[in-house]
Amino acid sequence: MIKHLRSAADLDAATATLILDTAAEMAALAGREVKKLPTLRGRTVVNLFYEDSTRTRISFEAAAKRLSADVINFSAKGSSVSKGESLKDTALTLQAMGADAVVIRHSASGAPHRLAAWVDGSVINAGDGTHEHPTQALLDAYTMRSRLGRLDGLRVAIVGDVLHSRVARSNVLLLTTLGAHVTLVGPPTLIPVDIAPALSRATKVSYDLDSVLPEMDVVMMLRVQTERMQDSYFPSAREYSRRYGLDLARMRRLPEHAIVMHPGPMNRGMEITPEVADSSRSTIVEQVANGVSTRMAVLYLLLGGKA
Amino acid sequence: MAQPRADTASKTIMTASDLHRVVDRIAHQILEKTSGATGTVLLGIPTRGVPLAWRLAARIHAFEGVDVPVGSLDITLYRDDLRLHATRALGKTELPGGGVDGRRVILVDDVLFSGRTVRAALDALSDEGRPSSVQLAVLVDRGHRQLPIRADYVGKNIPTALSESVRVSLTEVDGLDEVKLTGSSK
Repeated sequence: MIKHLRSAADLDAATATLILDTAAEMAALAGREVKKLPTLRGRTVVNLFYEDSTRTRISFEAAAKRLSADVINFSAKGSSVSKGESLKDTALTLQAMGADAVVIRHSASGAPHRLAAWVDGSVINAGDGTHEHPTQALLDAYTMRSRLGRLDGLRVAIVGDVLHSRVARSNVLLLTTLGAHVTLVGPPTLIPVDIAPALSRATKVSYDLDSVLPEMDVVMMLRVQTERMQDSYFPSAREYSRRYGLDLARMRRLPEHAIVMHPGPMNRGMEITPEVADSSRSTIVEQVANGVSTRMAVLYLLLGGKA
Repeated sequence: MAQPRADTASKTIMTASDLHRVVDRIAHQILEKTSGATGTVLLGIPTRGVPLAWRLAARIHAFEGVDVPVGSLDITLYRDDLRLHATRALGKTELPGGGVDGRRVILVDDVLFSGRTVRAALDALSDEGRPSSVQLAVLVDRGHRQLPIRADYVGKNIPTALSESVRVSLTEVDGLDEVKLTGSSK
């Protein structure tokens, strides 16, 4: 088993499948009366969050607690980071406290890679800048597999703000490793020219959402990350949602079995309309539930065995 | 649990027909001790406890026409030696409909050795519910207990040395039925 989960590229097909299979067993345990397992008793997991997050932090916290690990939540606000402490000094503090795993979210791409050099424990990337978010990709893959029964050969469209999306990058890497075919869709300003060949040769790019929808098994809508946009990438929100937003009319272009995903948080009315987000094809709430099982699987596989 | 190992000096201690007779006997004993296996659930411990549990249920059905629910109980997450080995893949836990609350649960495993697997199974079981009682059925008891645990139904007692290992093969998993003792007994 691997020691760190910094990138979806750390996972080969066998390891990724093991994580998804383990997540399925963890999900089965979630239905029991006693949800807690003694597996990681005595281990310490630190949630090191330099960026705001609701679902990812809560999801990691729930996952670690269900496995009986001790959880220390650290958020940059209200800590010595606001006094100017560097990531390295914070890391050394955590090291001194004996953290067995550090779950890190940071606005700087590559922060988990740096952190892994400074701490002895496992490092899990919970989102670094515009780079990667591997556990999101794993829970997305898990959701697709449980809804559609397979990943191999699945056709997946990832739609919207690909440029700023760590979810998109991790998903492309993981899904292609597992045999799915990914098409990136969005305005040319939000799809880096070299992204498809850089991430995987099997990935296609399209600027026309309506033409790709009829062939898709999965359509994953990305949030337009206005907080990361210094320039104007499209003329207006209205124009964006008319060309790339998923509404009921567009959803009807999808094949009967296709599902609609969104990593959250959503801009309702922008990239997805409320009717689509709340429809039976949408897996958005399911994705959150699957997030806990998937992260339990990752924590167990990284921390459960011999260090 | 029986560890697969290179056949240095291996001896067959149960043939396929021995194994079938033993399963028949345990099925009879269960019927006798539980007055007709009412309110009883068989839970196999993966890997080889699960097919054994199904076989017992099939024999009980053949003898008295009683349908005993069968499930599996994976104990990996409850092991006390997780940190001593590389991470283990999980087995399946599938409880029969109705769960275990208020029922008599019979845990089924292939080999009883240190007793640590059974200890883990008891912990796992108490997180699934509250059975009215728990019993243990094993195909082979090879001794060397490290915990105060004993089986209610034993297929065969096999005195062994610690250096030896008992290998149970079942058709469902290994393609044939037999029990072998491997390793030196000096």
